[in-house]
Amino acid sequence: MADKRKVLVACGAGIATSTVVNSAIEEMAKENNLNIELVQIKIAEVGSYVDTADLLVTTAMTKKEYPFPVINARSFLTGIGVEDTKKQILEELKK
Amino acid sequence: MTELYYDQSIIQVDLDVTSNQEALENMAATMAEKGFVTESFKDALINREAAFPTGLPTQGVSVAIPHTDIEHVIKKSISVAILKKPVEFGIMGDLDSTTPVKIIFLLAMDETHAQLVLLQQLMQVFQNEEQLTYLANQKDKQNIKRFLEEELGFTLKGGE
Repeated sequence: MADKRKVLVACGAGIATSTVVNSAIEEMAKENNLNIELVQIKIAEVGSYVDTADLLVTTAMTKKEYPFPVINARSFLTGIGVEDTKKQILEELKK
Repeated sequence: MTELYYDQSIIQVDLDVTSNQEALENMAATMAEKGFVTESFKDALINREAAFPTGLPTQGVSVAIPHTDIEHVIKKSISVAILKKPVEFGIMGDLDSTTPVKIIFLLAMDETHAQLVLLQQLMQVFQNEEQLTYLANQKDKQNIKRFLEEELGFTLKGGE
């Protein structure tokens, strides 16, 4: 089995939207047997994970560049394009 | 069941504002008057919205879910405003675009990561064009209160 991948889930305040996104990804991981560790944080805290994280899924996009891919998670809230977002996340995690 | 402090005074219909900041100021002031949030809530909310916009384009009318850090919240509550005319909000997770918002759900949350069910129910409404249209055209606060209780399972806590 591959190493456990660390997925950051971030929103602006770390209280509202990341909670919903976190739970959606948790479910997705179960369905697809993904070995991941989810870390729910505020976007301002991403800096402390640059060396350890594999992916950032966020509703608070920034212009900042990170050493890992960043996926916009808004579709988990509105339902529009959610299948595409899920596919994107799965592709990243299966790499 | 989600226990929340709210009453009809924090539900507004036909809110007549010309900018998202004006809408947030108005809603935050009402929440502070009720003692649900601190005086510092308003500025924190406006700054947060500027940095991390919460406008959400949906299949029907756009909504916004402004919120800020828990230290400005005294009692967990949600304030709802139906705007007379939509105002532009930045789109969540988008750096440069805005969306005309007609319905605002101001989330005053007092714990981090603890309102999953409530939020998921709210998101279900955002994905339901019929329910959004119903809310957007609502002129009667009582109907909105009933909607929150019946569709979202909000339970009134503390006073009428």
